[in-house]
Amino acid sequence: MLNYAFRRLLMLPVVMFALSLMIFALQMSLTPTQRLAAYAPSPDFLKGGQESIRMLIEQYGLNDPFYIQYGRWIGNILTGNLGWSETARQPVGTALASLLPATIELVFLAFFPGLLLAIYLGSRAGIYLNRWPDHLIRVFTILGWSFPVYVFGLLMLLVFYSALDWFPPGRLSQWAQAVVASPSFVRYTGANTVDALLNGNLSVFLDALRHLVAPVVTLIYVNLANMTRVMRTSMLETLRQDYVRTARAKGMPRRVVELHHARRNALLPVATIAGMELAYMMGGVVITETIFDYSGLGQFAAKSAANLDFPAILGFGLYFALVLVVLNLLVDLIYPLLDPRVKTK
Amino acid sequence: MKVLRYLAGNPMSLLGVAILLAFVLIAVFAPVLAPPQEFQMTPYDTPRAGFLATPQPPSADAVFGTTEGQYDIYYAVIWGTRTAFKIGLGVVAISVLVGTIVGATAAYYGGAVDEILMRAVDAFMAVPFLIAAMVLTALLGKGIVPVTIALATFGWMGYARIIRSEILRIREMDYVHAARTYGASDLRLIALHIIPNAFFPVLVLATMATGSMVLSASALSFLGVGTEEGYADWGQFIAYSRNWIIGQPGNPFQYWYTLAFPGAAIFLFVLSWNLVGDTLRDILDPRHTR
Repeated sequence: MLNYAFRRLLMLPVVMFALSLMIFALQMSLTPTQRLAAYAPSPDFLKGGQESIRMLIEQYGLNDPFYIQYGRWIGNILTGNLGWSETARQPVGTALASLLPATIELVFLAFFPGLLLAIYLGSRAGIYLNRWPDHLIRVFTILGWSFPVYVFGLLMLLVFYSALDWFPPGRLSQWAQAVVASPSFVRYTGANTVDALLNGNLSVFLDALRHLVAPVVTLIYVNLANMTRVMRTSMLETLRQDYVRTARAKGMPRRVVELHHARRNALLPVATIAGMELAYMMGGVVITETIFDYSGLGQFAAKSAANLDFPAILGFGLYFALVLVVLNLLVDLIYPLLDPRVKTK
Repeated sequence: MKVLRYLAGNPMSLLGVAILLAFVLIAVFAPVLAPPQEFQMTPYDTPRAGFLATPQPPSADAVFGTTEGQYDIYYAVIWGTRTAFKIGLGVVAISVLVGTIVGATAAYYGGAVDEILMRAVDAFMAVPFLIAAMVLTALLGKGIVPVTIALATFGWMGYARIIRSEILRIREMDYVHAARTYGASDLRLIALHIIPNAFFPVLVLATMATGSMVLSASALSFLGVGTEEGYADWGQFIAYSRNWIIGQPGNPFQYWYTLAFPGAAIFLFVLSWNLVGDTLRDILDPRHTR
């Protein structure tokens, strides 16, 4: 078991190496002068005219052969120095660490209720195959799937912020930000809702929750279709199994058979897809965070990408590869618990 | 034939086909529906009625109103249909081509070549798609060609996997063995006997991907790295509307038209592709019951 987990983790350096090559290649497509800007601590840095720019390019070795530059660059990264992010005006590591709790808070609040909803809707649809609940669920999920995240998000803002003023964008109201920033408020985790509860501050908790509702609902709805569909197909398959028919023939109530015997086994394929979905959300809530001005990793990554802030892009890429490998590993480890027939080799 | 009969018998898919056909007609007749005006460099430059920042509501001159910078929303929705088809079909065509070449090469040579190509696929799959496409577009510059290239660069892996596994599966089937015994070359086998039979799973994936690629392309525009200012592109116009979500006090829906028309266009476009793709997948799913 441990051996297996270890071998899965060995994939990580391979993927990260390929990823670093890819990002480095993109970076090298810029001219040395453009790349020099990445080293600039302030705009004045580049104002010295042609001669000083040429000297700086020499100084940082930006004209060296690519493998020397790559070696130097990867050497820096391996010593834990991810570089300076112009976008965040912080070292990349610090920026990622400070934004991660916000994204985790948002993703967990959207993922787990979304998963439960998908399981519920998917098993309903399977049980009522080709009858009206099935059709209704299908229409509902396919509509959400077709909604561009930003259109649905903007509609949420239009109705619940502009018109009703229930769910404002951002992470906290101004007064709550002041409370959180004050010395008496201890930052345990960086996730506002958790910290507020740990500090016993109910009004900050409610304020944080109020800001989370709109992005959470948006994320749940636009991501619902995939998991629901897998659950439905899997449920159909399980309901056709002999043991289900046997249980029904013995006179067991329909509900018990459907919900306890069939649904439990139908969950297996959902576990795989849910792991992928979670990984995708951890790295892909870019648009949602941008629309709702929710400062998390996604918004940061989008800003960095638009500014070609390569240290930040690489940092985000490495973070995403790590999330992907770890979550795939977790799914593989959970699988035997759900299905004893699967023995991890 | 069976596919066509199923499509016709299913109201959801029929709706999808109908919407899709409507969009095809709009794209074809765009010059008639929204004639380009004089002094435009290309018909994709949306005409503007002045330079006022505040959007103006629908009127006789601009039936869908004008958005930020007085760009005509109706014109952009009509010509944006062509943009959407160009990007969606362009990205998918390039992705299918690249994926087929990579997948077929991996399956044909096997061994080390297969291993290297499939690890490359894994590496590309470990890249956050939207962010990677943003970076590439930001490097290549604005416009639909950079957007298409960027999305295809990070969108071909699924096809490579399908083609590879289909080739490995079909290669062992009797009719292929038969063709080989009377002397067909490997290339002929792959091109004429195997790939045509791997076509359907690719078709399903490609149909579903067309909608989502249009979504991604307009997301790029929305995030500020897509098409040029004023280009007839739904994502761009939705991005404009973002500044006008909040109306004046007492009139929260004052600028509804800036979001509603381009938003509805892209929603219906993606919906139609998804409905058609969903039905195709049902037909091909052996577990499907009718």
